[in-house]
Amino acid sequence: MHGLTLHELGRALAERQISSMELTQRLLADIGRAAEPLNAFITVDPERALAAARAADQRRAMGDAAPLLGIPIAHKDIFCARGWRTTCGSRMLEGFVSPYDAGVVESCERAGLVLIGKTNMDEFAMGSSNETSFFGPVHNPWDPARVPGGSSGGSAAAVAARLVPAATGTDTGGSIRQPAALSGITGLKPTYGLVSRFGMIAFASSLDQAGPMATSAEDCALLLDAMAGFDPRDSTAIEYLPDGAANASGEQWRRYQRALAELAAVDRPLADVRIGLPEQYFGPGLSDDVRAAVDAAIDQLGRLGARTKSVSLPNSALSVPAYYVLAPAEASSNLSRFDGVRYGHRAAEYADLMEMYCRSRAEGFGAEVRRRILIGTYVLSHGYYDAYYVKAQKIRRLIADDFARAFRDVDVVLGPTAPSVAFPLAAKSADPVQMYLNDIFTIPANLAGLPALSLPCGFGEGGLPVGLQCVGPVFSEARLLAIAHRYQACTDWHRRMPPRPWM
Amino acid sequence: MPTDANASTTKRLERRDVTHVARLARLALSDAEADKALDELNAIFEMIAVMAAVDTSDVLPMSHAIEMSARLRDDVVTEPDQRDAHMALAPATAAGLYLVPRIIE
Repeated sequence: MHGLTLHELGRALAERQISSMELTQRLLADIGRAAEPLNAFITVDPERALAAARAADQRRAMGDAAPLLGIPIAHKDIFCARGWRTTCGSRMLEGFVSPYDAGVVESCERAGLVLIGKTNMDEFAMGSSNETSFFGPVHNPWDPARVPGGSSGGSAAAVAARLVPAATGTDTGGSIRQPAALSGITGLKPTYGLVSRFGMIAFASSLDQAGPMATSAEDCALLLDAMAGFDPRDSTAIEYLPDGAANASGEQWRRYQRALAELAAVDRPLADVRIGLPEQYFGPGLSDDVRAAVDAAIDQLGRLGARTKSVSLPNSALSVPAYYVLAPAEASSNLSRFDGVRYGHRAAEYADLMEMYCRSRAEGFGAEVRRRILIGTYVLSHGYYDAYYVKAQKIRRLIADDFARAFRDVDVVLGPTAPSVAFPLAAKSADPVQMYLNDIFTIPANLAGLPALSLPCGFGEGGLPVGLQCVGPVFSEARLLAIAHRYQACTDWHRRMPPRPWM
Repeated sequence: MPTDANASTTKRLERRDVTHVARLARLALSDAEADKALDELNAIFEMIAVMAAVDTSDVLPMSHAIEMSARLRDDVVTEPDQRDAHMALAPATAAGLYLVPRIIE
């Protein structure tokens, strides 16, 4: 069963070739064997996973034929799940057992998916290498001496190693796409507002968005369909799509099927697709091996009929500076709730209330989280608000306008997801600015609120995977996924699997 | 353009800025940690400082990814009572109350 897609597993379950109990047991055994070499999971709870699998088998016996019924998946440990320890990769929440389910956890359960475990991640989703996790770094399955990317590094490694067929992630500045690229899988950050943020521990609320991570675009479409939908408990959730359709379960799959039908010509399915190549994404900061793989993918898309042209996103270089004002500002505000009073870590010794706050937070948060809280508090403090925070919000609009201008001429903007293949553990962790610059190609889509996906498009230095990023206009995720599917139908990069020496 | 005039005033942080901000953020910081934070923050703000050179005098700040107005709902109770479940997560409670160090003598 290992290495099967969501679609294939759904069929095997429907044809009673295997039960959800059997499938879940097999994957639990794999996850156990890979625990030491990969460290992809923070919490695995066989009892709960098997209870959910049993419930899925019962639903099937009662005649339920939901396409994902009984398939095990993993959630990033940023999603609260009732009865599950939910840590967000932090000592602050080391012992936190959630009393409720996130919107995404609920909707996945409704679709019949079986929660098998919670994946490792950078602490509070702040990182691009999974090295800021309190629970230790995740190792890249392609080379255990390398990082898997971050912050959804555990989800990426688990899917890449085929420990689960799919997993959820969240993306504030690239945290789905960059680890998808570095680990050789497909991942989608949807349009802001499409997927519920309720119960997803907040990092930067105007940027955070959850999305699917899987081995193919088609599986991402299936999981997106389960995840997406209006949630009244999320104040920025989208209720209706621009064409009037309700943002509800089933809608994203319908749109994906429709988009596929529009790209159905046998020889040249992408004949109606205009691809924009931003000159700023192919500059000197891009490593040669990544450039070669991306260029080859562009040629392949051309053979499928796509027309390419150069576009300009002139403010791209400002996206990292603006992001490192806006995201820490929002984070410093969101993380003020961790005070050692109502939940989370409390220091053992303190003289008064002020000291209790200061020590609890200093002990509970790791170095990167503390750093971002300091940045955010500074840019919001008296005298600096306009120079940093308002200025960054203005730059954010310039970046969104760049994309709007490009989308007058092209349907998608395409380029590398990350400037290099996966880097070695500890290579960048001592230099925050170098680490931040790893997200230079992914951050703009978050600032502009646009959907963007990364898919495998080849291998670079050391046989490590390279990711291709496609960004589209708002609510174009179905078209992005359909384009990616047409590419994956004639390439096999996404089917390549890393070694599994622990098996 | 009063707000943009401020944009060029990006200066290096000093040690007392770090301790001030750490106090605002309720983060205990040792002397060694404050020294390290000062260097790191200055490197980060050097990277951020390129924003100041951009003319944004005619640009409206963008505060959210999607332009939308706040959704309103009826003012009714929607949450079930989960007091016990939530209080069970707290580090210290007594008699249904959260315990913190005494702040009023």
